[in-house]
Amino acid sequence: MSSPILASLLQQHEPEVLANWVAAQRAAGIRADLIDEQTVQANSQELLRGFAAALAQGSDSLEAPQWKPVKMLLDRLSQVQSRQGFSPSETATFVFSLKEPLFTLLQKHAENPLEHIWTTTQLIDKLGLYSMESYMTGRETVIREQQESMLELSTPVVELWRGVLAIPLIGSLDSNRTQIVMEALLQKIVETESDIAIIDITGVPTVDTMVAQHLLKTVTAAKLMGAKCIISGIRPQIAATIVHLGVELGDVVTKSSLADAFRLALRELDVRLVANTNTIR
Amino acid sequence: MVDRIPILKMGQYLLLSIQVDMHDQLAIDLQEDLTEQIVRHKAKGVLIDISSLEIVDSFIGRMLAHIANVSRILDAKVIVVGMQPAVAITLVELGLSLEGIATALNVEKGMRWLERTVDRDMSLEPESDDDTDISAEAGN
Repeated sequence: MSSPILASLLQQHEPEVLANWVAAQRAAGIRADLIDEQTVQANSQELLRGFAAALAQGSDSLEAPQWKPVKMLLDRLSQVQSRQGFSPSETATFVFSLKEPLFTLLQKHAENPLEHIWTTTQLIDKLGLYSMESYMTGRETVIREQQESMLELSTPVVELWRGVLAIPLIGSLDSNRTQIVMEALLQKIVETESDIAIIDITGVPTVDTMVAQHLLKTVTAAKLMGAKCIISGIRPQIAATIVHLGVELGDVVTKSSLADAFRLALRELDVRLVANTNTIR
Repeated sequence: MVDRIPILKMGQYLLLSIQVDMHDQLAIDLQEDLTEQIVRHKAKGVLIDISSLEIVDSFIGRMLAHIANVSRILDAKVIVVGMQPAVAITLVELGLSLEGIATALNVEKGMRWLERTVDRDMSLEPESDDDTDISAEAGN
C-alpha cells in the first residue's frame, strides 16, 4: 500500500516540492498579519522532512510509530494556530495544499501515477483530519481555560465593613459554581471573622431548585460557623419561581437591595451612620 | 490516644476544646463527663470550641445536638464556636443543621454571647432594650 516511490521521489526533489507547496499555500492565501513567510517556509520544510522520513519506513496507518514525529509536529502547529486565531479552513489548507505539489511530482516521475495519487490523497486526508482534531483540541483548551479563569474572577468576596462581607453573584449559577462560591464565602468568613455575609443575586438571571438549594446550604453552613447570611437583590421573576417551586427559604433573611441588606447588617452590628449636617452642600 | 477531653471551669462557665479526632467512645465519655460537671459546678454556660476539628461525621453531629439538649435541661446555655468551613459544609450535606444550638465565629465572640445571655437570664428586672446578638440569632 505504501509508496516507496513517493518516498524516494520526495528525497530527490525536496526543494522543488517545498517551493511548490509554499507557492500553493501563498496562492490559497497566507495570513500575513498572523504569520510571516519565513515561518511558513520553516514549518513546511519540517513537516515535509518528517513526512518523507515516515514514508520511507513504509506504512499508511497514522497509528504506526514512525508517524509519531509528524503527528507531534501537526499537534504543535495546529494548537498554536488555534490560539493565534487562524480559522479552521486556514489550518486545514496548510496540510491539504501539499496535495498539489505531490500529485504533480507523481505525475511527472511515477510509472503508474493514478494508483500512487490515490494512496497519497488518502494519506494527506488523514493528516488533514488529524490536524483539524488538534486544532479543535487547542480551541477546547482555550475555552476551558477561559471558563476556569471566569470562575475565579466571578466570585469575589468583598468586605463592606469590618464584620460585613458581601458576595455579588453575576451570571447564571450552576452547582459547580455555587460550590466554589460557598467555599470562598465560608473561607473568607473565617479569615475576616465577619458576623454578617450578604449574598447579592441581582445579577443572577434564573434560579432553579438546585441553585436555591445550594444557596440555602450556604446560608445554613454560615450559620453553623456563627455568621448570619442575608440574601439581597431577588428579582420579581425569581421570587415568583422560588414560591412556585415550593422552595422553603425558612428563616433566611431577604432584602430587596444590597443597600437595604447593608443597612440591616450595620444595625445588627450596632453601627450608626450619621449624615454630617454642618457641611454646606 | 487521648482518653478524655478536658473540661475547664471558668467562673460559672465550662470550656471544652476538642482538639483531637473524635471517635465514638470519646464522644460518649465526653457527654457523661459534661453532664456530671454541669451539675457539680452548677454551670450556667458551656462553650465548645471545635476550631481544631477537621473531620466530622453524623455521629459527632448528633452528639453535639445531644449535648446541647442535655445542657439545656440542666439550665446551661451551649454555644459551639469556631467551626471550620469544611465541617460546616459536611454537616449541612448530612442534613444536620444543629437547630437550636447557638454558634459563634471564635471563642471571644462565643464568650461574650454566653456572658450576655446568662446575665440577662440572671437579672431580676425585665430588660426592655432588645439587645440581641446576631450569632445567637443565627443559632435559633
